[in-house]
Amino acid sequence: MTNQIISNNSKINHLISTDDLNYESIIKIFDMAESFFKIGQRDIKKIPLLRGKTICNLFFENSTRTRTTFEIAAKRLSADVINLDIPTSSQSKGESIFDMVDNLIAMGTDIFVVRHPEAGVPNKIANHVASNIHIINGGDGSNAHPTQGLLDAFTIRKFKKNFSNLKIAIVGDIQHSRVAKSEINVLSTLGAKEIRVIGPKSLMPDNIDQLKVKVFHTMEEGLKDVDVVMMLRIQKERMNNDTIPSESEYFKSFGLNQKRLKIAKDNALVLHPGPINRGVEIESEVADGKQSAILNQVKYGIAIRMAVMAMMVGKK
Amino acid sequence: MNLPKPDLLIDKIFKKISSEIDKDTCLIGIPSGGSLIINELKKKIKGPVNYGLIDGSFYRDDLEISGIKLKEKTTSINFDIDKKKIILIDDVFYTGRTIRAAINEIFDFGRPKEIRLYVLINRKSNELPIQPNYSAIEIDAPKNIFINLTHENNNLIFSTNKINDESNNL
Repeated sequence: MTNQIISNNSKINHLISTDDLNYESIIKIFDMAESFFKIGQRDIKKIPLLRGKTICNLFFENSTRTRTTFEIAAKRLSADVINLDIPTSSQSKGESIFDMVDNLIAMGTDIFVVRHPEAGVPNKIANHVASNIHIINGGDGSNAHPTQGLLDAFTIRKFKKNFSNLKIAIVGDIQHSRVAKSEINVLSTLGAKEIRVIGPKSLMPDNIDQLKVKVFHTMEEGLKDVDVVMMLRIQKERMNNDTIPSESEYFKSFGLNQKRLKIAKDNALVLHPGPINRGVEIESEVADGKQSAILNQVKYGIAIRMAVMAMMVGKK
Repeated sequence: MNLPKPDLLIDKIFKKISSEIDKDTCLIGIPSGGSLIINELKKKIKGPVNYGLIDGSFYRDDLEISGIKLKEKTTSINFDIDKKKIILIDDVFYTGRTIRAAINEIFDFGRPKEIRLYVLINRKSNELPIQPNYSAIEIDAPKNIFINLTHENNNLIFSTNKINDESNNL
């Protein structure tokens, strides 16, 4: 694994997955993010930390929120930002990803945020580049989305404080969701009392038994007594058509509505990584309701991404 | 190294501040030493004064060398500083680089009328054209000794540590 956090000087080399982030590293990122969140509340939301650095958002897959929040995070740190949206189909000139990356490094890029539909690509790039270049995985296939996992846990910490008392349910397409995998990872490292996954059998990964989670196939059972409900987006682009019967059928069984939310604890928090499919995974009344922290996630996401980027500069 | 008790120096700084404080004065400490001094001043100064903290960590010039360091106390200025007189408070004045960073950060909050710098100890070793307006004591100390105000069993003490890398922790 190239993912590496050196505890003494808070230095992150690459952030490829949440697998080898230990408890201390996650808390360090959170504490740093706390500081950056405060900067987002100032009139002048900009600090000179990454002045002169160049950050390249290398996106081989569509994204609005993730790319925008990475861009805002970089700009608030005074970095220069290059956004490259490259549909994989248009890598037609025959240039390999490594050649593309090498060219961008020659142009002065210091940090790459890489999103790719294929699992493992950010890791391959991290292994390819020299040690003064840093890679952040912005989501790779069904594998990992580390900053999303971190920001979701950070959001929970802002509202619920102590993880050791929390029962947290992740609902939806666990199999195709890199978000779910990163969330499960971070939450178990932080010592969550119980992590549940709720979804149809067809959307559970084969290795679900190896993850430290309790599996439920109905909302009625799975939501009982939970403190946090983390909804996932139905990933139409990663599914064969026969995995779920229809959107309305799915909503009937696994959609989050007010009635189902009542099964959870009274003050249960509702999260969703976005973009929301209203009426497919979540009812508008819940998404916009007072228990929803969906827009807080977006704000905290900027702070988390600032923290990760900031921790990449400094002593080699 | 023989250094006076911090309490005596804080008392001197308190007297200096109380002779000139007015409704437009804000006291802003630089963590961590400056925030410990602010805590003491809060007990001594009567009447409403705006207290704040300015960390400056994100504005430092040595990030490439030392990496980012997060202090326990970070910037917190919850009042308008426009047209105010700011007294910056720190434990030890050494190279002036921390103060440079702090002043830069302050200007992201507004445009004060005046910024002054009061410290307990002036080491008289500024590397920039910056120096305190007031220091409770001036000392000569070897360059590789790091001096800072800290807590020990609920008492404030000066701790002195030898540093190998000069660029660290200043």
